[in-house]
Amino acid sequence: MHEMSLCEGVLHIIEREAQTQGFGRVKTVWLEIGALAGVEPEAMRFCFDAVMRGSLADGARLEIIALPGVAWCLPCGENVGVSQLYDVCPRCGSHQLQIVGGDQMRIKELEVE
Amino acid sequence: MCGVCGCGEGLNHSHEHDHDHQHGDVHEHHHGHAHSHSQHHHHHEHSHGPEHAHAPGLTPARMVQIEQDILSANNRYAGDNRRYFGERGILALNLVSSPGSGKTTLLVETVKRLQGESAIAVIEGDQQTARDADRIRATGVPAVQINTGKGCHLDAHRVGHALESLNLPERSLLFIENVGNLVCPSAFDLGEAHKVVILSVTEGEDKPIKYPDMFHAADLMILNKTDLLPHLDFDVEQCLRYAKQVNPKIRVLQLSAKTGEGMDHWLQWLRAELALQGIGYA
Repeated sequence: MHEMSLCEGVLHIIEREAQTQGFGRVKTVWLEIGALAGVEPEAMRFCFDAVMRGSLADGARLEIIALPGVAWCLPCGENVGVSQLYDVCPRCGSHQLQIVGGDQMRIKELEVE
Repeated sequence: MCGVCGCGEGLNHSHEHDHDHQHGDVHEHHHGHAHSHSQHHHHHEHSHGPEHAHAPGLTPARMVQIEQDILSANNRYAGDNRRYFGERGILALNLVSSPGSGKTTLLVETVKRLQGESAIAVIEGDQQTARDADRIRATGVPAVQINTGKGCHLDAHRVGHALESLNLPERSLLFIENVGNLVCPSAFDLGEAHKVVILSVTEGEDKPIKYPDMFHAADLMILNKTDLLPHLDFDVEQCLRYAKQVNPKIRVLQLSAKTGEGMDHWLQWLRAELALQGIGYA
C-alpha cells in the first residue's frame, strides 16, 4: 500500500475541513485502519510526519485505531474473525469467506485549535 | 522513502510538486473536489484564513468529527470516470502485475488481434519514460503515457486527465496498464470495470498469497508465459489454489502472449465484457 499517498489524502481532507469547520491547527489525528486495509501502521506513521511537515498539522500526534478483520463465512452462515485475506474460516476451515469489515481506512476525528 | 513499497523517495509533498509540473492544476489535487477550477481558486484564496484569524495558543482545543474515507477524493474521481465509461459503453480494464510479467507484450498482441473489430486505446502508467506507450502506438492505436514520477500507482484523477486527451469513441476498449507493482495499485479505484491481474509463470506460484491485496481486488487473473512451463518447476494447480484461497470468485485464464496459445479465450472474454458494457440497464 502506498502510505505516502494515503497521508497526502489525509492532509487534503484536513485542509478542506479547516476551511469549512474553521480551525487553524491540528494537534491530534485519529485514523481508523482495518487489519485488511493493506496499510502498514509503522509506514503510515513515518509518512505522516513527513507529509504533515509545514502544514497546519505540522507536529500533530497520530493515533491509529486498529479495527479487526471480519468475514462472512458461507458454510457457517455467520461472521468470523480473520487477520489476512487468505485466512480460512477459524470454525470450519472454508475459503468461502467474504470480507465484511476491517478493510476500511478512515479519518475519524481531529483535535484542533 | 515509503517504508513498505519503497516507491516514494523525496518527502515533504514531493508527489504534489510532481503533479504541479505535469498538470498545472494543483487546486484539484489539494482539495480533492471535482468542481470547476474557478471554485478551487476561491477555496485556495481562503485557505489560510483560519490561521490568521486565530493566534496560536489563544483558542481552546476542541474535537472535530471527520468520518471520511482517506481515499474519498480518489473514489470521487473514480466515480466520475466510471460514469464517463458507462455513458459511452466503454469497457475499461485496469491491468496490474509485477514489473516484467509481460503486460505490454500481452497488450500489443491483443491489440493486433482486435484492432479491426473495436476501437481500442491504451493508458500507460510507468514511473519514467514513454517506452511502453511507444510500443503500443507502433501498433496504430492511440496511447497516452502517464509518468507517475516518484509515485508507484495510477490514481483516478490522472486517468481522468488522460481520458480528456484520448477522446474515446463510444463502445471503445480501454486498457489502463498500471505501474508494475503488486502492492500499491490495489486500493486505488480508477473507475474500471475490472482489475485484471497478470502473473507470469517465471514468478513463483505463491505470489497470490504473498501479495493477497491485489489478487483479492482482481476479477480476472491471467497466467502468462505458459510456453515456458516445460522449463520451470512452476506448480500451476498450487498457484490456482492460492489465488482462489485469497479470492474465491477470481477467474483464471492461462495463455502465452508470445506463442498465442490460449489467447482466444482472453479475446472471447474481452468481447463478452465489451458487449455487457453496451447494455442500457433501466
